[in-house]
Amino acid sequence: MANAAAAPQDGLDQTAADTGLDSVVVRFAGDSGDGMQLTGGQFTLSTALAGNDLATFPDFPAEIRAPQGTLFGVSAFQINFGSRAIHTAGDAPDVLVAMNPAALKTNLAALKPGGLVIADTGAFTKRNLDKAKYDSNPLEDGSLAKFDLLAFDISEKTIEAVKPFGLGNKDALRSKNMWTLGLALWMFDRPREPIHDWLKSKFAKAPDIADANIAALDAGHAYGETAELSGPQGNVFRQLHVDPVESEPGLYRTVTGAEAVSLGLVAGAQLAELPMFFGGYPITPASAILHHLARLKEFGVTTFQAEDEIAAVCAAIGASYAGQLGVTSSSGPGIALKTEAIGLGIMTELPLVIVNSQRGGPSTGLPTKTEQSDLYQAVYGRNGDAPMPVIAARSPSDAFEVAIEACRIAVEYMTPVMLLTDGYIANAAEPWKVPDPADFAPFPAKFLDTPNAKDADGGDTFLPYQRDEKGARPWVKPGTPGLLHRIGGIEKHETTGNIDYSPDNHQRMTDLRKAKVENIAVPDQQVALGEKTGTLAVVGWGSTYGPIHQAVRRSIAKGCSVSHIHVRHIWPLPGNLGELLEGFDHVLVPEMNTGQFKTVLRDQFLVDATPLTKTSGQPFQIAELEAAIAKYFDGIEGNEGGQVLANDQQLPSVEASNP
Amino acid sequence: MNAPAKFETTLKDWETDQEVRWCPGCGDYAILKAVQRTLPQLGADPAKTVFISGIGCSSRFPYYMESYGFHTIHGRAPAVATGVKLANPELDIWLVTGDGDGLSIGGNHLMHVLRRNVNMQIMLFNNEIYGLTKGQASPTSREGTRSPSSPLGSVDHPAKPAAFALGAGARFVGRGFDVSKHLPDVLKAAHAHQGAAFIEIFQNCIVYNKDVFDDFAAPKGAEDRQLWLEDGKPMLFAGDKKGIALDRDALELKVVDVADGNWEAAGVLVHDVTKRQVAHMLVDMPFGPFPMALGVLYDDPRPTFESAVIAEREQASAGKEANLAKLLAKGQTWTVSGTAQDPV
Repeated sequence: MANAAAAPQDGLDQTAADTGLDSVVVRFAGDSGDGMQLTGGQFTLSTALAGNDLATFPDFPAEIRAPQGTLFGVSAFQINFGSRAIHTAGDAPDVLVAMNPAALKTNLAALKPGGLVIADTGAFTKRNLDKAKYDSNPLEDGSLAKFDLLAFDISEKTIEAVKPFGLGNKDALRSKNMWTLGLALWMFDRPREPIHDWLKSKFAKAPDIADANIAALDAGHAYGETAELSGPQGNVFRQLHVDPVESEPGLYRTVTGAEAVSLGLVAGAQLAELPMFFGGYPITPASAILHHLARLKEFGVTTFQAEDEIAAVCAAIGASYAGQLGVTSSSGPGIALKTEAIGLGIMTELPLVIVNSQRGGPSTGLPTKTEQSDLYQAVYGRNGDAPMPVIAARSPSDAFEVAIEACRIAVEYMTPVMLLTDGYIANAAEPWKVPDPADFAPFPAKFLDTPNAKDADGGDTFLPYQRDEKGARPWVKPGTPGLLHRIGGIEKHETTGNIDYSPDNHQRMTDLRKAKVENIAVPDQQVALGEKTGTLAVVGWGSTYGPIHQAVRRSIAKGCSVSHIHVRHIWPLPGNLGELLEGFDHVLVPEMNTGQFKTVLRDQFLVDATPLTKTSGQPFQIAELEAAIAKYFDGIEGNEGGQVLANDQQLPSVEASNP
Repeated sequence: MNAPAKFETTLKDWETDQEVRWCPGCGDYAILKAVQRTLPQLGADPAKTVFISGIGCSSRFPYYMESYGFHTIHGRAPAVATGVKLANPELDIWLVTGDGDGLSIGGNHLMHVLRRNVNMQIMLFNNEIYGLTKGQASPTSREGTRSPSSPLGSVDHPAKPAAFALGAGARFVGRGFDVSKHLPDVLKAAHAHQGAAFIEIFQNCIVYNKDVFDDFAAPKGAEDRQLWLEDGKPMLFAGDKKGIALDRDALELKVVDVADGNWEAAGVLVHDVTKRQVAHMLVDMPFGPFPMALGVLYDDPRPTFESAVIAEREQASAGKEANLAKLLAKGQTWTVSGTAQDPV
């Protein structure tokens, strides 16, 4: 993850160093219509501009507008920012902003003891308390005694602030999130200007609305600045400054995984010198990639919203056949539908990039929650022996490089490639050191336009399945004179490509397809943190990078002989990985599934990999990984690793999912 | 016409070295020959011609055409073809499908390729049976069709391919049958049409549904049972002794007798290929009381999907620079240089 920094600022009451904090976790929670994702997103931007490294975790319901005030309609956005490198969205929040009783109820369990609750008393009405199943008002009945509480009527203050703009009460209350954001910006000493600019451009066509929102934002900020805010325990709340983090020089921006994948695909197509064809079908959480690419037509990108997932991948295969870089994207259920066509891509040996933004499964599962449970599907999930390269992004910014790598493998080896991200990576944002496209080696696609073989009489002839040194067949654009040929899903002769069901030929073709994928050049596996040998290797893949890295860092600091290995190339695996794992007494594999990568490692290397599994739809917490690692160092036999039980520190609380 | 440049070829030039593997006597042979005979007349360039098919007997077609060809997966040929056409609009695409491939497993894709109006010729070989899987009833099988999967006779209502196509928004609907000498004319009209041109070709499955179309396709008495439609010509059949007229009270078609060649007096309609409402009545005309409507039933082009996509892309790109470095650095950024940093 990239780091970010900014100039220190003067006039602060208190710094994070004074309070012993090097990072702060803030969670905004409200009704799904309250604009919490927006508030969180803008707070993220301001935080990045203030020079803090950060990670975010948007957590929202599957329903677009769940009934107002209900427990299952709560939408939350968590951000962890600090003066050190941040790798996760943080475990327990230090500050919880609760816009209504339901938001308080579903998120309070996650708050650190002694943490700060900011609540809008205007929303704690009898009706809302009933909907959240509160018998009495928690702001008044003393049940929040172990927390710091700042409760005031945000609704009323917002209405006052926007009064000059003549909005009705209902419209005025829409600016409540901006008022709250203003207060948060003051508390953490974030700049307001970027939000002003953003509001002006967002509401360029309705300057009144922009002004009203700016007024609400400024009012929230001013309230923090001028009011003597005092919690029930008498602690005067004062402005908190978190120092900027030291980081590599360069140009920075924030990026979400969906943006990074889109940009990486555009970069990959440019490096391959190909126009890109993207076939997509709306599905959570993958649609954002389609949305981003639809706005990049000047980069030679054609986006096609197909009638279904199958048509989306088939159109991409058609475009690859015609000489473009075909790309499709979906999440687990959609990938299942695309499976037969992916087999066609493997059989016809055409380039194709398939992005899977994984979500909780099986079936419809948990559309807005995160999981890593499509690894078997990616590696093994097709009829017949259908080998396909699989690579996984570990963070939003990493997704850029991984997307380029997927394009490279697809074009150089004439094969479909699956790129795995997940709901967490797709939605989360982090600072990103803007890469220079010139730093990436081009891999221009080669199209055959002359015969590639000699016939028995020494004359020129064309063999559509004659392979190069990489095992790849030639790519011929339809329209090329003299190289007419037919391809299809039926087994074909190993050079001519003509239909051939003969036993020897099928044996050879199966072997050739397998060898081609297995021999893909994959960089050697590096150790992300720690020594190259030791007691314990914690092996992860995908979005578990952040929590594993922090947990291993803390464990090393405690003196444990533990290393973090994070695998990008899931299939084929790096050639040195087996040997690397042999250098450790134990191998622990934390995954947000029931142990899928563990199976692959055991199968490929006969290594005694222990699974550490979690399928609550929520990312791992650092603390739970740290605890699992500690078990290897307490000397108690048979107490290593194992399953992580869902606990009340996870997000959201159980009540949110089961009201 | 998809490719304006004329290219000199003969029927032989369109034959591949592959052994044709349809059953002896299959209607597919006649269709293959009709297509191979038509392409030289169109001046088609084999290198720019692509046959794309799904799965089934009909879908083996590309292997027998000396052009580019893609034998895809069951029902999905329209989606693959859409990607090919969007990637290279200069290619002349012929889609080959069947009643099972196009109307059962691939019904959704067929509907969407037609309503999007992607420029290609879509030949649906309708033999009212699943041939390659050995004779099960298909979505176009007539009620009561006995087959291995419907030993007591099928009970579901058949789909009408031409009516389906028109309902899906097709701007060209043609009909012919395998051994008809008029089939090349229908193919030529379809090729001349800019957009998705749907052609239903009745095809005799000699093994599993032998002679099922004889009721109208058999040479004997054909003129009484076939209505060959021509643009601008009266809808006459049975040696011009009968015609199709509009029952204005019931708003439906009717068969009228024509005395002494005076079709106007009998109220016989003049075929206008651009009349969508009449086309709806023609594709739905029940065979038996009426003859089988054949030829070009409807032909009224409108802008194609790929032209709209290209126009939109050009418009969206106009005046914009495809600078990746700038794209990556888009939005609000900040720089870090040594220890002093300034928001940008």
